[in-house]
Amino acid sequence: MPSAVRMENITKRFPGVLDNDHVTVDIARGEIHALLGENGAGKTTLMNILYGLYHPDAGNIFVNDRPVTISSPLDAISKGVGMIHQHFMLIPVFTVAENIALGEEMQGNPFVDLELTRKRILDLSKATGLHIDPDARVEQLSVGDQQRVEIIKALLRGVNVLIMDEPTSVLTPQEADELFVVLRKLAEEGKTIIFITHKLREVMAISDRITILRGGKVVNTVNTREVDRDSLANMMVGRKIFLNFDRKALNVGNQVLELKNVSALNDRGLPALKEVSLAMRAGEILGVAGVDGNGQSELADVIMGLRPVTHGDIIVKGRSVVHKDASYVIKQGISAIPFSRHEEGLVLTFSVKDNLILKEFYNPPFSDKGLLDFKVIQDNAQRMIKEYDIRTTGPDAKVGNMSGGNQQKVVLAREISRKPDILIACQPTHGLDIGATEYVRQQLLNQRDSGISVMLISTELEEILSLSDRIIVMYEGQIMGEVPAEQADLQEIGKMMLGVRLEAAKV
Amino acid sequence: MTENSTKDPVKTSRIDLNKLDRMVRRFERLFVFLVPIVAVLSALILMAFLIFSVGSDPWVAYKGLFSGMFGNNFDTANTLNRAAPLMLMGLGVAVAFRGGLFNIGGEGQIAMGGLFASIVGIYITGIPSIVHIPLCILAGFIGGAVWSILPGYFFAKHGINLIITTVMMNEIANSLVAAMVKGPLLEPPGYEPQSYKVLESARLPLIWEGTRLHAGILIAILAAVIFYIILFRTPFGFAVRCVGENETAAKHSGLKVFRIRMLLMMISGGLGGIAGAAEILGAQYRLREAFLANYGYEALAVALLGQKHPLGVIISGVLFGGLKAGGASMQRATNLPMALVAVVSGVIILFVIASGILTRLPRYLAKKEASRGA
Repeated sequence: MPSAVRMENITKRFPGVLDNDHVTVDIARGEIHALLGENGAGKTTLMNILYGLYHPDAGNIFVNDRPVTISSPLDAISKGVGMIHQHFMLIPVFTVAENIALGEEMQGNPFVDLELTRKRILDLSKATGLHIDPDARVEQLSVGDQQRVEIIKALLRGVNVLIMDEPTSVLTPQEADELFVVLRKLAEEGKTIIFITHKLREVMAISDRITILRGGKVVNTVNTREVDRDSLANMMVGRKIFLNFDRKALNVGNQVLELKNVSALNDRGLPALKEVSLAMRAGEILGVAGVDGNGQSELADVIMGLRPVTHGDIIVKGRSVVHKDASYVIKQGISAIPFSRHEEGLVLTFSVKDNLILKEFYNPPFSDKGLLDFKVIQDNAQRMIKEYDIRTTGPDAKVGNMSGGNQQKVVLAREISRKPDILIACQPTHGLDIGATEYVRQQLLNQRDSGISVMLISTELEEILSLSDRIIVMYEGQIMGEVPAEQADLQEIGKMMLGVRLEAAKV
Repeated sequence: MTENSTKDPVKTSRIDLNKLDRMVRRFERLFVFLVPIVAVLSALILMAFLIFSVGSDPWVAYKGLFSGMFGNNFDTANTLNRAAPLMLMGLGVAVAFRGGLFNIGGEGQIAMGGLFASIVGIYITGIPSIVHIPLCILAGFIGGAVWSILPGYFFAKHGINLIITTVMMNEIANSLVAAMVKGPLLEPPGYEPQSYKVLESARLPLIWEGTRLHAGILIAILAAVIFYIILFRTPFGFAVRCVGENETAAKHSGLKVFRIRMLLMMISGGLGGIAGAAEILGAQYRLREAFLANYGYEALAVALLGQKHPLGVIISGVLFGGLKAGGASMQRATNLPMALVAVVSGVIILFVIASGILTRLPRYLAKKEASRGA
C-alpha cells in the first residue's frame, strides 16, 4: 500500500515533558489507522503536529511521499490533511450549508453561492452515505449529525487524510456505530482515517492497523487482525515503576462514605455515571483508576454536591446527602482537591491568605461578630505557609503569580487544615514538578495514616498503585471491578481501563 | 494575566516567581491610580483639539467649565447636588461589578426609587422629619431593589443576559413614572405632568447656608463608607468578591452563588433607588417624568472611572457632577453648545473602558523589571 502520511523521528518537547520522543508512524493510503495510548502518551500532540497546530522540535513529515512542512491548519488542509476535534467548530444558528460555505467565501467571489454548496453537500451525501439535510440549523442537529457536518466540511475542502480525535467520546453507542459505517465507507473510497482513541472495543471494531504509544514513544505498530485485547493492553500500559513510599500498615476504621447505585448525567445530558456503588472507610486510600473522561469528574461532583444525582443514594457518616448542596457536604467534613486548581480550587486574583480561608471565612475564628478578623487570617496564612512549605513572598502574594506546585500546596493546606473526615483528591499531582508531586503524595499518605478516608482519582496508574489500599477502575461511568492494591495486577487493571470487567480480565 | 503564568512557563521559569509577584502587585497598585487620571487628561486634551478646531479657545472654554463647577459657593453646591445621585448609583453599579454583575438598569432603579419615595413623601402625613425622611429613603431603596429582582433572578437562575433585561426594565420604569405623574399622582389642575410636592417633613435639610446644597451628598458618603465596610470587612463582601472573581471556585467552596447574586443585585438596585429618592427629597421635591434622565448610564462611567472602589466613586462622582453643573457656564463663556460636555463625559468613558487593554501591561512591565534584576 502506498503511504499517505509518514512522520519520521518526530520529537516535541514541552516544558518539563518530552511529549513525542522520536516517533515514527507510517499511515497507508485507504486504511483506518488507530493511535492507541493512555492519557499523556502523546497521541494528540502528534496529530496536532500533523495538523499544523504545533511545530515539531525535530523530525520530518511526508504527505504522499513528498516532504512537507505544515505551518498551520489552513496549510494542512491545503495539503489534504484535515482534523476533527472533540469540540466542533460550528456556528449553531447557521444552517449546515452556511456552515460549510463559511471559510470558502473568500475565494474570489464576493457572494456566497449557497445553492452550489447545497448541491455539493447532496452529491457528497449520495456518494458516501453521509446523509444530512443542508438546510437544517446546526443547533437542531444531534451531536452525531454535527460530527457528520464536520466530516463533510473536511471532505468538501479536498481532505484525503482525516484525523479524528476521540470521535466517539461525545457520541451515544448507536451514533458511534453509525460513524464506524461511514468511516469504513470512506476508507473503501480511498480516504485515509487516523483515529485517536483509548477504547479497546473501538480499536478492534474499526481499525486496520494500530500504533500504540506510551510515554511519548511508539511501542509498536500492529495489524488489528493479528492482535488480541490482552496484548494491546499490555503494550499500552507497559511496566510501571512503583514509587517507594514508606507505608504504614493499614488500619481501617468505620465506613464513612457510601454510594448506592448512583447515576448522574454529564454536562451534555448524557449518562455519565451508571449505578455506581462504592464504600470508603476511615484510614484508607481508595484509588479510582481509569482513562480520563470515564465518569471520574462526575463521581467527584456528585459526592461534593455539585451535580444532581438522577438515581441512587450517597451516605456520609450514616446520613444521606444525596440532594444536598456543596455547602452542606463541605460542612459534613468532606474536603476536596478539585481537578482544576485554576478554575475550581483557587481564586487566582486573590491573595494566598484569602485563598486559604475560601471554605471557612464565614466561620470563627476568621469571622467574628459579622466582620472578618484580618489578624487571624494573616496569622493563619503565616502558619500554613510554614507548615506546608509554600514558597511565596508572604500572605499577601497573589496565587495567580505562583508556580503550580505552590498553588496546589495552598489548596492542600486549606483542605487538610479543615480536619476533614473524607478527602477527595482529583488528579492532585497534575502538572506538578517532581518535588511537589512527591510532597502531595506524601501528604495524602499522612492523611490516611491519621485516620482520614482518602479517595484518589487519578489517570496515572503509577500514582494509584503506589498510594492506594484498594483500587477501583472506571470505564464509561461504571466500575469494572475492585482489587486490593497488594494483589493488583497491572495487566488486569489495564484491561479494566479498556472496558473489560474484572471477572473477564482475570482469565 | 493569570493564564500567562501557565501558558509560558518557559519564560517565567527563568525569573524568580516571588520577585515577579511583588513587581506585578506594585505595578497593579500604580495602575489603579494612573488609569483614571490618564483617561481624564487624555479626554480633556482630545476635547481641546475639538474645541480649537471649531474656532474657540480651549483655555477659555475650560476656564468657563471650571468656574461653573467650583467658581463660587453656589456652583460648588450645584456640583455636589448633581454628584450625589451619580455617586449613589455609581456605588450600586460598582458593588454589582464586584460580584460579576453588569447592572445597567440604573435608569429604572432610580425612577422607581423616586416614585416610591414620592408616594411616601406626599401621602404619609403627620410624622416628624426624623421618621419621615428615613422612611422615604427606605421606600426609595425598596423601589430600586424590587425593580432589580426580576433581571437578577433571570440572570442568577437562568443566565439570561443582564444587560438586555435591565435595559428593558428601564423602559418600563420610565413609562410607569410617566403614567403615574399623568394619572394617579397628577397634581390638580394638571397643567403640567407632575406630582404634588413632598411634604416639608420629608424634605432633606439644606446643609450649607446660602446655597441649595442638600443632605444627599452626606447620604452618598455614608453609603460609600458602608459599601467599603461590607465589601472589604465582612464575610458577605468576601463572598461577593469571590463570586465575582471566580464563580466556579465559589461554587466548589460551597458558596450559594444564586443567593449572593440576588442579594447583591437588590443592593445595587436599592442604591439606585436611594439616588432617585435623594434627588426628589433634596432637590426637585416633586416627581416628574425622566427626572434624572441618563444618570443611570452615567453612573456606569462613574463606577468604572472610580475603579469600582468607593473612594474612587466619590471622586469621579464629583467630576461627573461638575461636568453637568459646569456645562452651562462653558456655553456662556464660549458659545459652545452645552452638549459638548456630554462629549467630554463620553470620551472619558471610552478611555476608561479602553484601559482594559492595559490589564496585561503590569505583568509585562513586572516581567521586564524582574528579569533585568535576575
